[in-house]
Amino acid sequence: MLYRENGQFKTTYAADQQIFPIAQDRWTILGILLIAFIAIPLLVDEYLFRAILIPFLILSLAAIGVNILVGYCGQITLGAGAFMAVGAYAAYNFHIRIEGLPLLVSILLGGLTSALVGIVFGIPSLRVRGLYLAVATLAAQFFTDWVFLRIPWFTDNSSSGSVSVSNLQVMGWQIDNPVSKYLFCLIFLTIFALLAKNMTRCAIGRQWMAIRDMDVAAEVIGIRPLFAKLSAFAVSSFFVGTAGALWGFIHLASWEPAAFSVDRSFQLLFMVIIGGLGTIMGSLFGAAFIVVLPIVLNQFLPALGGVFGIKISTAGVSHAELIIFGGLIVFFLIKEPHGIARLWSTGKEKLRLWPFPH
Amino acid sequence: MGFFLETLIGGLMAGMLYSLVALGFVLIYKASGVFNFAQGSMVLFAALAMARFAEWLPHWLGLDSLWLANTIAFVIAGALMFVVAWLIERLVLRYLVNQEGATLLMATLGIAYVLEGIGTSLFGNNIYSIDVGMPKEPVFILDGLFEGGLLINKEDFIAALIAALLVGLLALFFQKTTTGRALRAVADDHQAAQSIGIPLNRIWVIIWFVAGLVALVAGVIWGSKLGVQFSLVTVALRGLPVVILGGLTSIPGAIIGGLIIGVGEKLSEVYLGPMIGGGIEIWFAYQLALVFLLFRPQGLFGEKIIDRV
Amino acid sequence: MNIRKLALSASLCTLALTSLAPTQASAAAKDQYFPVLVYRTGAYAANGAPWANGYIDYLKLVNARGGINGVKIIFEECETGYATDRGVECYERLKGKNGGATVFQPLSTGVTFALTEKAPVDKIPLITAGYGRSESQNGAVFTWNFPLLGTYWVGADVAIQYFAKKLGGVANLKGKKIALVYHDSPYGKEPIPVLEELGKKYGFDVQLLPVAHPGVEQKATWLQIRQHRPDYVLLWGWGVMNSTALREAQSTGYPRDKMMGIWWAGAEPDVKDVAEGAKGYSALALQHGAEPDAKVVKDILSMVYAKGQGTGSKEEVGQVLYMRGLLSSMLGVEGVRKAQERFGKGKVMTGEQVRWGLENLNLDQKTLDAMGFAGVMRPVQTSCLDHMGSSWVRIETWNGNKWEFSTPDWYQADEKFLRPMVMLASGKYAEEKKLKPRTPEECKL
Repeated sequence: MLYRENGQFKTTYAADQQIFPIAQDRWTILGILLIAFIAIPLLVDEYLFRAILIPFLILSLAAIGVNILVGYCGQITLGAGAFMAVGAYAAYNFHIRIEGLPLLVSILLGGLTSALVGIVFGIPSLRVRGLYLAVATLAAQFFTDWVFLRIPWFTDNSSSGSVSVSNLQVMGWQIDNPVSKYLFCLIFLTIFALLAKNMTRCAIGRQWMAIRDMDVAAEVIGIRPLFAKLSAFAVSSFFVGTAGALWGFIHLASWEPAAFSVDRSFQLLFMVIIGGLGTIMGSLFGAAFIVVLPIVLNQFLPALGGVFGIKISTAGVSHAELIIFGGLIVFFLIKEPHGIARLWSTGKEKLRLWPFPH
Repeated sequence: MGFFLETLIGGLMAGMLYSLVALGFVLIYKASGVFNFAQGSMVLFAALAMARFAEWLPHWLGLDSLWLANTIAFVIAGALMFVVAWLIERLVLRYLVNQEGATLLMATLGIAYVLEGIGTSLFGNNIYSIDVGMPKEPVFILDGLFEGGLLINKEDFIAALIAALLVGLLALFFQKTTTGRALRAVADDHQAAQSIGIPLNRIWVIIWFVAGLVALVAGVIWGSKLGVQFSLVTVALRGLPVVILGGLTSIPGAIIGGLIIGVGEKLSEVYLGPMIGGGIEIWFAYQLALVFLLFRPQGLFGEKIIDRV
Repeated sequence: MNIRKLALSASLCTLALTSLAPTQASAAAKDQYFPVLVYRTGAYAANGAPWANGYIDYLKLVNARGGINGVKIIFEECETGYATDRGVECYERLKGKNGGATVFQPLSTGVTFALTEKAPVDKIPLITAGYGRSESQNGAVFTWNFPLLGTYWVGADVAIQYFAKKLGGVANLKGKKIALVYHDSPYGKEPIPVLEELGKKYGFDVQLLPVAHPGVEQKATWLQIRQHRPDYVLLWGWGVMNSTALREAQSTGYPRDKMMGIWWAGAEPDVKDVAEGAKGYSALALQHGAEPDAKVVKDILSMVYAKGQGTGSKEEVGQVLYMRGLLSSMLGVEGVRKAQERFGKGKVMTGEQVRWGLENLNLDQKTLDAMGFAGVMRPVQTSCLDHMGSSWVRIETWNGNKWEFSTPDWYQADEKFLRPMVMLASGKYAEEKKLKPRTPEECKL
């Protein structure tokens, strides 16, 4: 009833090709953005910012990056953590070594460096595909882990190999309290998501999808696999690297290579697969699911036990958390292999017909 | 020279153990097209079961023979692995037939979490030991030839022997038994196998069970070497370069790949490591596999992938 | 998925989300709140669990003894799994609960690094007894960090002293080779600057052998040790890495009595399963060892465990890591007690007040004896500039089934040598962070 598109006529090509062709979608998105930018900073407390919202925003950004590579271009990667690390450490080095470089520039340069490294580690994708490629990308993961642990130059010769940043500001805007950090990340995510959405709708995105669907056929119709694959690696790594820089600078402020370990790579791949391959929205859903679920379980289980008068030990809670988390993932994959984004679009489909489905 | 040989032998023996983990990957991938990331968790689960039952049984039954307790514990752990295999087939695989590789891979990661959670909550979170009477002290051979002799680790040697034996048994099983032949048929072509009356679901249970047994043997060997504790799950990450080097579908590939990775890793760490700071063996193994992949994208012994448009 | 299911899951989600919102603190807390970051699962659980049990048992004991001047302690565990991001999440979740956290003790160098940035903002002290950043000893710069009882630099210095003593004097260190087998993380890297500095001073070689997390693959490391035959091996591991190192040492035939571990490599889980194979292996002891006979341990058994309120198993009480947790807990509690002396007995102390208490901690022998710590540890006295309080270390040796103090005498780290390094490193940190170190006048406040 509410969600119906009759009466909305498209009279220009531009109107026909806009990101959200349905008016209700546009209003919803606008509403969500308004809530995110205005209502949340006013209402939410510090814990939610620091422990959930900021990680969610940053990991969403990274998940969008991974989704570009895995979902749009069909190249499975298990090395996303590595590119986050490259982004974070590169941004750190730009930040401390070039006096007076604005924070934004350092972060974006971190992303660019990561893109370059992504191209290098993307080269095997020209020969290797599928699961072989997935494992091959682990090479990038372990290699960067080692590089940032072992080569002191990257960590400014700090004896422990751990680095930290402080006094962050963008054009006089101090980024030190949770709200400013949240807004900073939110701005990044909004711009980058828009960028990604548009990129996947234009020529390059179509090339990626052609390569994903059948690379030989794509080659036959004149798409250069070299360019398409490596550009996907570069763009993806740029996103992931930028997210890495934000993770280090904004979320942790002090980090070591373990912050970007292979577990992070798995986590990111989880996000895009649970969220939905080949959708920008799905990356956000996936990130929300993976970030929030363990924390909710961790706090919800003792409360649940309390209701039934059982006191669950800390170890018991984390075991149960593992079991339920794993179980839910399997459940989701069985019930909806195309991810939460598919649920979302099915929901919209239903809503169109509601309340008279027949 | 003596030291080079020692490193080489050490690498070969470590490689044999990697093969054992890799074997688990290959078996499952061949039969069901699933890249089983839960292999490491299966190793942990099996080893935990074995270690704990070997510890509990003497208390429960009043056994005083270590050998008997170990045997019974091994059988129980094996039975548990069967249950695990059956449950995985029943609850997960059955519903995920024909899904994409990445989805299956993620599903096995989910299984891995569940197994880790159940394993540690059933059997505890501490370090447990498996005592199967492995000799711990080193022996030195060829004293006359090299200064200080050639160090051979008896435990590794026995472990490598067991691994080789297991591989031989598996080869026999695949070549000579009806079930083995059925397994190979399924590996070749699911649909053809099904159409001639091979029950696919049962085959999957069997193959996961066999992989579970391989995990159990790997778990016992690693567990007796290192103690059974949570970090056993990471042995899967050591097995990965082996499978991609050897080819996801090849059992000999897993063996040869294991040996190449084992030797490459140790030699690089010992000779190249000190020059660039050490700790390089993990990524070196992956890079080594990657270099091989660039020349043979389906691994050394993998089936050639033919693209048709 | 039909609408009903959707609605159901939506309501479940809201329920879950509401459980997320932290319960706001009541206006005036009556109890002193101790959040406890633990790891009882994951790769380091075997070492994390006894520490946590000791920590909590001591808090229970304090309550059983009537609290801190009548103020009861409440505590809450949060599982970090030794992962930095989980640790930070726990910190954020617990720091504001129940009127504010008293003190955090993360038992992880990684989490310590992350919290070092956050503690000054939230004004919560950070006790890192026997771990953390070594330069945080300098309280003028690291106002909120308390590496009480000893830092890794102290450990490295004492280890070299011990080797020198075994060799019959520092002069004999010349030309010797010492290998450091370390956990490849900030934790393992902490001693390197001191070892290299000492190496230059005394003329011995340091060979660095990193072991990747979690440390189950050390074959190549020990092959290198067999190749280079260092005179001593210093083991700087945690968790399974320690027992693996000992097993590999056994299987490559490296003499265990030439091996020396840091205090995190000197507990029961590290050697128990290697048993005879680890005989002769020594480790530094952060003052205490396994102390089943200490009065405080007996008190815990009689006042906590006898009532069925023990956290872990009874056998574990008094083991090395259990005692480490217990001592850490005690130091936090004593910080509160000291703070109460100034800010009002029987009142709940804020983080800021506890910081003052920790900074002016003065546990002399008499106090320690009264608390039941006779023979467990030496007196500790902190100050504004020295947040460590003591630099005494003992050495213990594994005799095949238990830890023994091989040498009755104590070692003290060479403060004259370490202090300049601490000042230099903390000065660099202050400069990086644009912090102004506190002056002696500010200290008096």
